Amino acid sequence: MARRLGAAAPGLVGVVVVTFFLMRALPGDPAAYFAGNAASKEAIEQVRAKLGLDKSLPEQFVVYVRDLARGDLGQSVTTGQPVRAEMLARLPASLELTLTALLLAVAIALPAGVLAATRPGSLVDQAVRVLTTAGVSLPTFFTGLLLVYVFYYLLGWAPSPTGRLDSLFPTPPTLTGFYLADSLLARDLEIFRACLRQLALPAVTMALFVMAPLARMTRASMLGVLGSDFIRTARASGLAGGTVLWTYAFRNAMLPVVTTLGMIFSFMLGANVLVEKVFAWPGIGSFALEALLASDYAPVQGFILTMATLYVLLNLGIDILYGLIDPRVRIEA
Amino acid sequence: MTTAALRHARYVVTENPVTLVAFSMLLGLLVLALLGPVVAPYDPLKSDTANTLKPPSARHWFGTDQLGRDMLSRVMVATRLDMAIAFSAVALSFAVGSLAGACAGVFGGWTERVVSRISDTIMAFPLFVLAMGIVAALGNSVFNVILATAIINLPFYARMARAEANVRREAGFVEAARLSGNSTMRVLAMHIYPNCLPPMMVQASLNLGWAMLNAAGLAFIGLGVRPPTPEWGILVAEGASFILSGEWWIALFPGLALMSAVFCFNLMGDGLRDIMDPRRRT
Amino acid sequence: MRWIKPLLLVLAMGLVALPASALAQGRADTLVVVTEVGPNMLDIHAPGANRPSYQASWNIYDRLITFGNKTLKDGSKMYDYASLKPELAESWQVAPDSTSVVFKLRKDAKFHDGSPVTAHDVKWSYDRAVTVGGFPTFQMKAGSLEKPDQFEVVDDYTFRVKLLRRDKLTLPDMGVPVAVIINSKLAKQHATAQDPWAVEWVKQNDAGGGAYKIESWKPGQETVYARFDDWKSGPAPKIRRVIVREIPSAGTRRAMLEKGDADISFDLPPKDFAEIAKEDKLKVTGIPIENSHRYLGMNVVKPPFSNLKVRQAVAHVLPYEKIFSTAFFGRGILLPTPVASNTFGYDPKLYPYKMGDPARAKQLMAEAGYPSGFETPLFLDAGRATTDEPSAALIQEALAQIGIKTTIEKIPAANWRANQGKKEMPLFVDQFGGWLNYPEYFFFWNYHGQNATFNVSSYVNPEMDKWIDAARFETDQKKYADEVREMQKVAMRDIPRLPYVQLYLDVAMQKSVTGYQYWFHIQLDFRQLAKS
Repeated sequence: MARRLGAAAPGLVGVVVVTFFLMRALPGDPAAYFAGNAASKEAIEQVRAKLGLDKSLPEQFVVYVRDLARGDLGQSVTTGQPVRAEMLARLPASLELTLTALLLAVAIALPAGVLAATRPGSLVDQAVRVLTTAGVSLPTFFTGLLLVYVFYYLLGWAPSPTGRLDSLFPTPPTLTGFYLADSLLARDLEIFRACLRQLALPAVTMALFVMAPLARMTRASMLGVLGSDFIRTARASGLAGGTVLWTYAFRNAMLPVVTTLGMIFSFMLGANVLVEKVFAWPGIGSFALEALLASDYAPVQGFILTMATLYVLLNLGIDILYGLIDPRVRIEA
Repeated sequence: MTTAALRHARYVVTENPVTLVAFSMLLGLLVLALLGPVVAPYDPLKSDTANTLKPPSARHWFGTDQLGRDMLSRVMVATRLDMAIAFSAVALSFAVGSLAGACAGVFGGWTERVVSRISDTIMAFPLFVLAMGIVAALGNSVFNVILATAIINLPFYARMARAEANVRREAGFVEAARLSGNSTMRVLAMHIYPNCLPPMMVQASLNLGWAMLNAAGLAFIGLGVRPPTPEWGILVAEGASFILSGEWWIALFPGLALMSAVFCFNLMGDGLRDIMDPRRRT
Repeated sequence: MRWIKPLLLVLAMGLVALPASALAQGRADTLVVVTEVGPNMLDIHAPGANRPSYQASWNIYDRLITFGNKTLKDGSKMYDYASLKPELAESWQVAPDSTSVVFKLRKDAKFHDGSPVTAHDVKWSYDRAVTVGGFPTFQMKAGSLEKPDQFEVVDDYTFRVKLLRRDKLTLPDMGVPVAVIINSKLAKQHATAQDPWAVEWVKQNDAGGGAYKIESWKPGQETVYARFDDWKSGPAPKIRRVIVREIPSAGTRRAMLEKGDADISFDLPPKDFAEIAKEDKLKVTGIPIENSHRYLGMNVVKPPFSNLKVRQAVAHVLPYEKIFSTAFFGRGILLPTPVASNTFGYDPKLYPYKMGDPARAKQLMAEAGYPSGFETPLFLDAGRATTDEPSAALIQEALAQIGIKTTIEKIPAANWRANQGKKEMPLFVDQFGGWLNYPEYFFFWNYHGQNATFNVSSYVNPEMDKWIDAARFETDQKKYADEVREMQKVAMRDIPRLPYVQLYLDVAMQKSVTGYQYWFHIQLDFRQLAKS
């Protein structure tokens, strides 16, 4: 485990360095922006000194790394808040959305994949293939807009796409930061329902997009397993079809699916940006997008670093999950 | 062998109607990309202030936008740019990634370490955000969108090529080539690299759709292609503000065009995999 | 936890589906505002405070004086820059020799923490505004309020300002959002050696005594204001709670208004206002934004636009009418001259060129030495893309007629100011609006040889400076009128820029919302609003 973490470290260092210099290459002059209307040249220089942007790049980098080591991600100049506080406040929103979408996608894609694999070449197989491929072909920003148009504007079924909870409801007491879990813990079904309604459209938008790779991987993996000798043996021994399919085949087909799941999750965290923008979701993606367009370095750096760390942790998690699914992996490691 | 492959291809296409549809769609897209500006009924940039925001009609099949520009023409003309971005981005990452990966796989050691470090670093980024950062930092231009898209796809090719080359390094035909006195470079260039390509082609075709979505996503948030150049992502972004006031056609048609192009690439990737992957021949 | 009891009660009664009625009740004296961007700071003196911060500052702080209002012909209400009214100051008296003004403060005014508002707070706040640097200091200077020793505490409720010169902008400048009165005792507790004015603390916290206090603030999401019931500086506001929600998508903002999920919004594209105005669901009030215009700017020191003939050629083909009707959907006033329609000296007849004359334009291009045209980028601010992108596309098309090939460069909003400051854009679409409604104030920022940031064309002409400087301190009304006309004539002769439209400040609201009033800072003042 420690060795794996050690192997991930150079990647993280690379991320820190690349992000830092990439941000410094952004056009525009934050000092001029933040000096405000009608600022004189001296006023701009004052602001520049205040932001520490008058130092040389290597000096700024040293300052940045030193702050980072203390857990200080800097301050966002656009919102005026410490980036770490912003990240901590917004991360649960992004995670809640991503996890819900992922769950939704798994709930649909896995059975669909299995179904397709049991009848390769059939009409069901083709339909699953076309539908899931259509899903992955939808640009998320377009799907989001379309869903809002149909379900909010035309039908009026969904609430206004404005974040996690209508502000006329009180925020559930924070325990996990996930509104769904918090409202349940507080035994408040009303708020739970309100949160769920806000969450539905963005989660569907994201789920549509990630269903295809999951279904495809499930199908391919199931096909491979179903064609293997031990399944044929199991069938020949007269075991029931359902037992063979779910207990033997499905469990063995899960390994590559879990890998795909991990990749998809980290991909979703990045792709959140567009969905969060369309639905005014107060997550870290929309925060990073605004900051990037304002040449506000600290939040973008903080966002990318958070994501990279999550990515590393995620891969560790998958390794552990591997061991649970397939004991052989544990022995080899 | 070629005839066998052809026969197999024909078999896959006729056996699988979906793949057939995908290939015909691709053909249509390529024709549009080549001839779009010629066959478009109107000049895609010509404003007509007497006919703004008109719904689809016999004169304007896809309606008109805020400046009275013909949406059908704009969507048609945009095909070339979108296809060009997707193809060049994939070609670029394919070329660089496969070469770097193959070298890493064959030489191992120092080369391998550098290549996998770079891949790991890129992979540790949230990819779309990295692309955003690159375009924002290098400037709004089509070339930078291509570059950004190529960079975020690089690791996939590099890793795949490395794995393929690794497998083939010990293969019999490579041993034979080496024993008959060929240099490592020559073995790499003439024997290993060409043999790594087929599986990577499948990856590339699947990647085309993603590259296109990526470029459109960048355009949607205002990075990349400059207005009033027609490009599907920008057209959707422009239409987004009109959807909720009832002018659905401005966003819908470019969105559908983008979707069907990506759809076609994805189906085609699937089809190609069926053709290339002998294990799946039944 | 006030909400738990009624909720449990309702649940106990077995009524699970309650929200509709409960929400409707909660909404009667709650105002929901939707906006694209919210405040990034609560302190207007802090560097980097964005425009929505002015709204926060305006509502949570009081100033010494404020402006009266007037009713326009169409029944809409707007502030009246000619009438100054007391806010924290009960009365004021200009000394007979015009060297100072004495303010008597109201004795019952309190800050949100309950402490009284005294002249010490006023002095501290004014000292802060003139020394903190950047925008607030600049704005104070516009009214000849420049250094701390101008401000004097006579006693707890008497405050004196020494006047540096006779400046008609001095008193009005005390009513702008920058001239806020801050709770100095509270702020000083958070001052440090590096930050003597406690900017770090005040930008995150409410240190005011205005009619509304901050109930909660989630930057980037929403700001909730609660009425301050001890407010004494004017008639008690009717709205008890104001929720300002940040909704990035304009379409969503409109849909929320139409569904009744929001009560009022400024932030919609002109097209939406035009359509909503035609429908009957909501009401729209549009008042031309004072002392402002959108324009096509040209850099006068760099070729090819340094050549006057080229600029004149552009004037002859600029598609005024097309831009006005398709990019702005008629939500404004077609304005070919610099002074806006509701500002002193407005006279569109001063426009000296013939609109839509490509033949003459081509001739001018040939005379300028560009018979076959040239290529140039055309810059615009992505933050205003809704209107400026179609405008730019129309300008691009029009200029192509005379051989000027343009490529449109969209600059991210955050970088626009830096681009203005660099003054390197050859051709660009931009805007300016001045808080104080005087033409020479506008010209001072835009056309004067001091070459301020907003003189993006780098236009310097001593003749122009002479008229602006004369108008600024003019006391003779007739001479003043002449000077303002001369300013405009020179501007139209040299055309460093071609103004084309004065935009409306449009606001869409539910029919139940009453009392809306236009303010020069083009932000919402909650105090006058009510819901029926």
